[in-house]
Amino acid sequence: MVTTPLLPSDYLDLVSPLRAGAELRGRIEAVHPETDDAATVVIRPGRGWRGHTAGQYVRIGVDVDGVRLWRAYSITSPTNRQDGRVTITVKAILDGKVSNHLVRRATPGTLIQLDQPTGDFVLPQAKPAKVLYLTAGSGITPVMGMLRDTEFDDVVMVHCAPQPQDVIFRNELHDLVADKKLRLTEVHTDTDGKLDIARLDELVPDWAERETWACGPAGLLDAAEEHWTEHGVQERLHTERFRPSIVVAGDGGGEVTFSATGKTVDADGATPLLDIGEEAGVLMPSGCRMGICFGCITPLKAGAVRDLRTGEITEAEPGVLIQTCVSAAAGPCDIER
Amino acid sequence: MTAIDPTAHLTAEQIEELGRELDAIRDEVIASRGEKDAAYIRKVISAQRKLELVSRGVLLFSIFPPAWLIGTAGLSVAKIMDNMEIGHNILHGQWDWMRDPKIHSTTWEWDHVSPSEQWKHSHNELHHTYTNVIGKDNDLGYGIMRVDEDQKWHPFHLGQPLWNFLNACFFEYGIAAYDLELGKNLHKRRRKNPEFRARAKAVGRKIRKQVLKDYVIHPLLSGPSFLTTLGATFTANLVRNIWTHSVIMCGHFPEGVQVFERRSIKGETRGQWYLRQMMGSANISGSRTMHFMTGNLSHQIEHHLFPDLPSNRYAEVAVKVHALFEKYELEYVTGPLPKQVFSAWRKVFRLSLPNKKPKVKTPDREQELVAA
Repeated sequence: MVTTPLLPSDYLDLVSPLRAGAELRGRIEAVHPETDDAATVVIRPGRGWRGHTAGQYVRIGVDVDGVRLWRAYSITSPTNRQDGRVTITVKAILDGKVSNHLVRRATPGTLIQLDQPTGDFVLPQAKPAKVLYLTAGSGITPVMGMLRDTEFDDVVMVHCAPQPQDVIFRNELHDLVADKKLRLTEVHTDTDGKLDIARLDELVPDWAERETWACGPAGLLDAAEEHWTEHGVQERLHTERFRPSIVVAGDGGGEVTFSATGKTVDADGATPLLDIGEEAGVLMPSGCRMGICFGCITPLKAGAVRDLRTGEITEAEPGVLIQTCVSAAAGPCDIER
Repeated sequence: MTAIDPTAHLTAEQIEELGRELDAIRDEVIASRGEKDAAYIRKVISAQRKLELVSRGVLLFSIFPPAWLIGTAGLSVAKIMDNMEIGHNILHGQWDWMRDPKIHSTTWEWDHVSPSEQWKHSHNELHHTYTNVIGKDNDLGYGIMRVDEDQKWHPFHLGQPLWNFLNACFFEYGIAAYDLELGKNLHKRRRKNPEFRARAKAVGRKIRKQVLKDYVIHPLLSGPSFLTTLGATFTANLVRNIWTHSVIMCGHFPEGVQVFERRSIKGETRGQWYLRQMMGSANISGSRTMHFMTGNLSHQIEHHLFPDLPSNRYAEVAVKVHALFEKYELEYVTGPLPKQVFSAWRKVFRLSLPNKKPKVKTPDREQELVAA
C-alpha cells in the first residue's frame, strides 16, 4: 500500500539484494583460473540459500552483454565450507556465451541470479566400501564436489582429458594421491586416444564391485551404461549427463508444437508463427502484426525461431519470449500457447 | 492536413529505399545493444526509486516550508521519471531483450491510474500502428478535441481549450478513461459488456491503490504534516500530469504534422508506414536533461519509427534520421518545448471553431493547376 505499484522488496533490493526473503541471488566474490579455459567462480549466495548435497548442480542467471542467460553448473565446493561460499567451476566451451563470460570476463562484485541447488547425482547416506569416479573433461566438476566433501577408504578415479594441462584441479588431485586418499589414472586422449571402456578391467580390476559415479560426454556415459548393464551391475552406476539443448536451426521451418493447446503443425520458415497458430485454431495473442507493439509475445519453450526482419535466430531458454508476428520457425519448436 | 502532400515528390521506389535505410539504422542499434544499455536503465530505475524514497521521507516533515518545497519537487521529478523514461519505455518492450523479468513489458506496473495492461493495448497497438490516421488513432485529440482541419466539427469542440486544460491537470485519469474507451463504452448497451466491466474494475482497483497511497497513507504517516503532505502529493501529481500532457501534445499536434485518411493506409508497405511515422510526429529540441525528462519522447519521430529501441539510443539515431529527412527533402518538425506547446495550443484554440472545407488551396498547388 505504501509503495504501490512497487513492493517494499523493490526498494530493499537496492540496498540488500542478498537479504533473507529476497529472490535468491548471489554475488561473485572471486574468479580463480584453473586451466587455460576453465575457472572457479566463488559465489556468496543470498540468505535464502538452502545448501547443497555434494554432486548437485545449481542454475545461475548471468547477464552477458546485458542479456540474462541461465545455465547449470556443478557445485565444486564442499558442503561444510566454513565461510558459507559456494564455488562452481566452469570450462569455456566453443561459442559458449555464458561459459566464456564467466571464465574470461566475469568480475568480482557482480550480482547473479541463483536457483536452489538440485540434482540426484549425489553420494548415498551410507558410505560404500569402494568407490570409482569415472570422469572426462568438465565432468570432473560434480565429482570434485564429492571428493572435497566426503572421504572414503578406497577411492579410485579414472579421468580423461586431452592433455595433462587440461586436467582441472590437477594439483589438488595429485595432493590427494600423495596423501594416499585417492588412486588416480589420467587418460590423456590426445596421446592415448579415447578411453575404451573395456580397458577398465586393466585400469581398475575390481570396477564391478565399486559404487561408481560417472560424468562426462554422452559417448563415455553411453558406453559405461552398456558395459555396466552387460555385467549385470548397472545398479552400482550413477551417471550425470550435461544436456546442452540441441537446437537444429535451419531455413526450412519445422514442426511447431503449441504445447498448451496440444496442437502440432508443420510450418515453413517464412510464415509468422502468429499466422501458423491462428490457422491451427490456437488462441494467439496479437496486436500490430508488424513487430512494434509487443502485444503478441509468447514463451518459446523449445527449439529456435528466426526474426523475419533481421534473420536473427533466437533459441529457447527459460524466460525467452518471442514476438510471434515477426518470428518464423527455424527448425522444430515449441510455443507455449 | 495541408492541401499539398509533402511527400508527393517521392516515387514508390524512393519510399521503399527510405524504408531499407531506416531498417539499416534499426539493425545497427540492435546489433550494438548490450551491457552499457542495460546498466543505463538499471541506473535510472535505481535513481528514480532513491529519489522517490528520499522525497517522500522529506515530506514527512512537510509542515516546514523548505521540506515541502524540496519534497514536492523531488516527488514530481520521481513521478515524471517513473512515467516517462522508465514506465513508457519499458511498457513498449524496449528493454525486453535483457530477459530480466523485473524490467519487462509483461510484468512492469507504473505509478499511474491506468493499469499498464490496458495502456499497452491502446498505446502500443492502436496509436503506434495507426499513428495519425483519422478515425483509427484516438490519440488525435483523444476523442474530445479536433486537432486537424479534416476532423469533423461539432459544437462540443467549442469548449476544447477548456477540455484540454482539464485533461492536462488530470492527465492520468484522462488516459485511464481513454484506455477504457469510456466515451464509446458508456452507451447503455456496451456498459454491461463483461469484458468492459472487467477492465473498468481493474482501473477502479488501480485508482483506489494510487489514491490510498498518495492521499491517505503518506499524509497519515506524516502525522502533524498530514495536510501539507496531502497538498504536496497532489501538487506532484499535478506537475507530472501537466508535464506529460505538454510533452505528449508536442508529439503529434504542432503545426506541420500530417494526418492521414483511413483509405490512405490500405495495403501500406513497410516504407509507407515509416514515411507516415516520419510525417506524423514532431520532436522537441533541447538539452540532455530535457530529453531525459521527456523520457526521450522529445525524439518522438525516432520513437515512432522504432518504438522498441532502447530510449537511451534515440539521440544517436536522431542524427541519422535527420539526415534521411534532408536527403529525401522532408520536413523534420522540431522546436523548443515552449514553441511546440504554444503551437499545439494554438491549434486547439483555432480548431475549436469550424473551418471551411474544401480548404484554401496553397499557392504552390494553384501554380500546378495553372501549369496543368
